[in-house]
Amino acid sequence: MMMCKEATRLMSLKQDRPLTFQERLSLRLHLSMCGACRECDRQFTLLHEAGRRFGPEHDADHDDDGH
Amino acid sequence: MTEKEDRLQRLTAVRPRLVSFALMHLRDRSQAEDAVQEAMMSAIEKNESFAGRSGYETWVFGILKYKILDAMRVQKRHGRWQPLEDEDDDDAIDRQFQQNGRWQESARPSRWGEPEAAFETEHFWQVFDACMIALPDNAARVFSLRELMGLSTDDICKELDIKENNCWVILHRARLRLRACIEKGWLKEETA
Repeated sequence: MMMCKEATRLMSLKQDRPLTFQERLSLRLHLSMCGACRECDRQFTLLHEAGRRFGPEHDADHDDDGH
Repeated sequence: MTEKEDRLQRLTAVRPRLVSFALMHLRDRSQAEDAVQEAMMSAIEKNESFAGRSGYETWVFGILKYKILDAMRVQKRHGRWQPLEDEDDDDAIDRQFQQNGRWQESARPSRWGEPEAAFETEHFWQVFDACMIALPDNAARVFSLRELMGLSTDDICKELDIKENNCWVILHRARLRLRACIEKGWLKEETA
């Protein structure tokens, strides 16, 4: 059974690359049982969004990199 | 007002945001200001080549991005960075978890409320700023490249010459530190 610390690793990873099926499954299972980790997951997503807003105000989805 | 004057005015207005953006990556105020200076100069020089597809500010940020990457390469070449592989002080993270991998009671994440509401308060951004400054340098650099600049971890690895796995580890720790710091600084006062 995956513990919270390991779950946060997957939550973080999820912001950087798509999770594998196995990873998704075990994360979802853990989140379904753990309220604290559900909050952490929201917080990581909020950090991701905050990062985007910190720079140029991206209006649409991704990534106008000024080329 | 001519178009040129209008753009100069917009440059001046966006400058503080450019500086704090550069500062997050470079961790050195005078280098951050230099990079912004260069980006602003080249925005003025290349004024004609702004195609107007994106917003003007976004375009300037795009120029700044390359100046920051250049400056980072110089920093790295001059040995101003701690080795990236070396950041194994897990303390701040371990403090959030018990031995068995569950959250420490004192570190359990609380509800932050709606992101949009947070983003609209000046206070949230002050705390975010302070917590970014408080991160260890390398964690802040990698986090900034990923989340502020929006590079992929693959690109970051190439840029910094580290393994992707390493990058994910650094990002995981950076996020855990940030969330703990923001929760302390922001929530506590929101509810006070």
